Amino acid sequence: MKPYEATIHEAHDLLRTGQLSSVEITRSVIERIEAVESLVHAFLTVIPEEALEQARRADERRATGEDNPFLGVPVAIKDVISTQGVRTTCGSKMLENFLPIYDAFVIERLKALGAVMVGKTNMDEFAMGSSTENSAYFTTLNPWDLARVPGGSSGGSAAAVAADEAIFSLGSDTGGSIRQPASLCGVVGMKPTYGGISRFGLVAFASSLDQIGPFTKDVTDCALVLNALMGHDPRDSTSLQFPVPDYTRALLPDLKGVRVGLPREYFAEGIDPEVEKLVRAAIDRLRELGAEVGEISLPHTGYGLASYYIIAPAECSANLARYDGVKYGYSAPDAESMWDGYFKTRERGFGAEVTRRIMLGTYALSSGYYDAYYLKAQKVRTLIKRDFDEAFQRFDVLAAPTSPTVAFKVGERVDDPLAMYASDICTIPVNLAGLPGISVPCGFSQDLPVGLQLIGKPLGEEMLLRVAYAYEQSTDWRKRRPQLV
Amino acid sequence: MGSDKQASSTQKAGGISREEVEHVAYLARIGLTEEEKQRFQEQLSDILEHVAVINRLNTDAIPPTAQVIPLHNVMRADAARPCYPPEEIIANAPRVEDHYFKIPPVLEEQEASLGGPPDI
Repeated sequence: MKPYEATIHEAHDLLRTGQLSSVEITRSVIERIEAVESLVHAFLTVIPEEALEQARRADERRATGEDNPFLGVPVAIKDVISTQGVRTTCGSKMLENFLPIYDAFVIERLKALGAVMVGKTNMDEFAMGSSTENSAYFTTLNPWDLARVPGGSSGGSAAAVAADEAIFSLGSDTGGSIRQPASLCGVVGMKPTYGGISRFGLVAFASSLDQIGPFTKDVTDCALVLNALMGHDPRDSTSLQFPVPDYTRALLPDLKGVRVGLPREYFAEGIDPEVEKLVRAAIDRLRELGAEVGEISLPHTGYGLASYYIIAPAECSANLARYDGVKYGYSAPDAESMWDGYFKTRERGFGAEVTRRIMLGTYALSSGYYDAYYLKAQKVRTLIKRDFDEAFQRFDVLAAPTSPTVAFKVGERVDDPLAMYASDICTIPVNLAGLPGISVPCGFSQDLPVGLQLIGKPLGEEMLLRVAYAYEQSTDWRKRRPQLV
Repeated sequence: MGSDKQASSTQKAGGISREEVEHVAYLARIGLTEEEKQRFQEQLSDILEHVAVINRLNTDAIPPTAQVIPLHNVMRADAARPCYPPEEIIANAPRVEDHYFKIPPVLEEQEASLGGPPDI
């Protein structure tokens, strides 16, 4: 095994037993980036010198007897998460030269543990998109087929882990932006419960939906990252207060007594038959592992996309009002007045999809339309949440596809916003209800990865990890890697 | 300006007129080219037509959900805390003077064709 191929727990074993140093693992990851990045284009910024310096410090800390699973382990960070002194663009020309003056909560935590940041990953501009094609810089390509997208918006973080350009990575998920690219790239991706991981330092898109989470090579690593990042932070006013368990204790090999619900609306029209077959085979496997499987209806599922595409743009239009060319970011140099400067700055600084969503959200919130769109969508959100509440009276976890299709071709949906939005039809309701969701690889259709989505109760991450782990350990999917060089 | 103008120029259910596109772009302070106005009119009409499916649901008795967690009015103690030095706060600013953000003129020419606030 090459060092760059390691999981977090494998890297930890190598480091703990002195077989490899962090400098050696980090150098291996940097060489891997140099070898494949010209094909995958996962990173907006790579910081090899800084990474090696962090690795040297991690080795020094370990030499003093310090130990934790992240000490000296290379990580990639989605470029929507603030990193002090390291360019944070959000995939936008608006923030092309933005250098945050503080670290996000999750970066503080990872730095305290001694993780080694190798770079910032590509994404759809301001996390709006499902393919990375909305990045103002370039499109990341799927390591399994370079003619296809990696999914999005956290496509760079997903592709980086799939291509072994990082041991693990962080992304953000507002409507599926971790789970959908994890599915399309064949890695594990989790969106925790809303409020489970602090959003302090996460550049805001839709604040009632945004959540940070990990991309990892297996479920054990996912549990380790939750151990590191879950918990209360007073600087995020929507951060939950709860006792943080040791999530690795949830990793059990069988599913005796676990009740798994199949929401029938997630297996309806629009789902690729091959994807459905693989997801249903995975569910059969859950049954073999001891789970009790039953059908359930979530009758308002079909309204999720519509509700989301009012609520998310409405919140986005308010959040992105801050880009005014005054405090930071692009500013039109030829502004003739303050007003003229707003129009020119925002016209040139934002790409088409961001402008489209700001327009849509502004319309939905404008005088005469607020009740018909925004308030109505929030009421539908209540109905969607109630569907889940009822389902969790009978079931511990729900199982469904993550994405209705495998990775689509670059350019295939880019001119059709509604077709692109439909990429997230299976993931969006989970954000509306604030629930945890995980995507775990469940096979291949025409050599392209397919993901099984598991949805849990609020703060039900342990049950999700248990089901995902038992399933993963009963398969060999995680051992298959894309052939890049 | 506002809802009267919007209502009178709505062309079809879920559709959006060119005047509305211009009005919304004005509210959002985003400049648009003529070609963009045309494209956004078509695309926003399609999207609004699609999201109109929620009108099939009767939600008269349903309370809205703004966010999903049972937290309200989280407060912190009103106590002084350390803050960032001014040099860092303005470090990313496009234009500064001393410790201030510098902006183009606010009061001059605002009634001209520069998109100022004509009647708010």
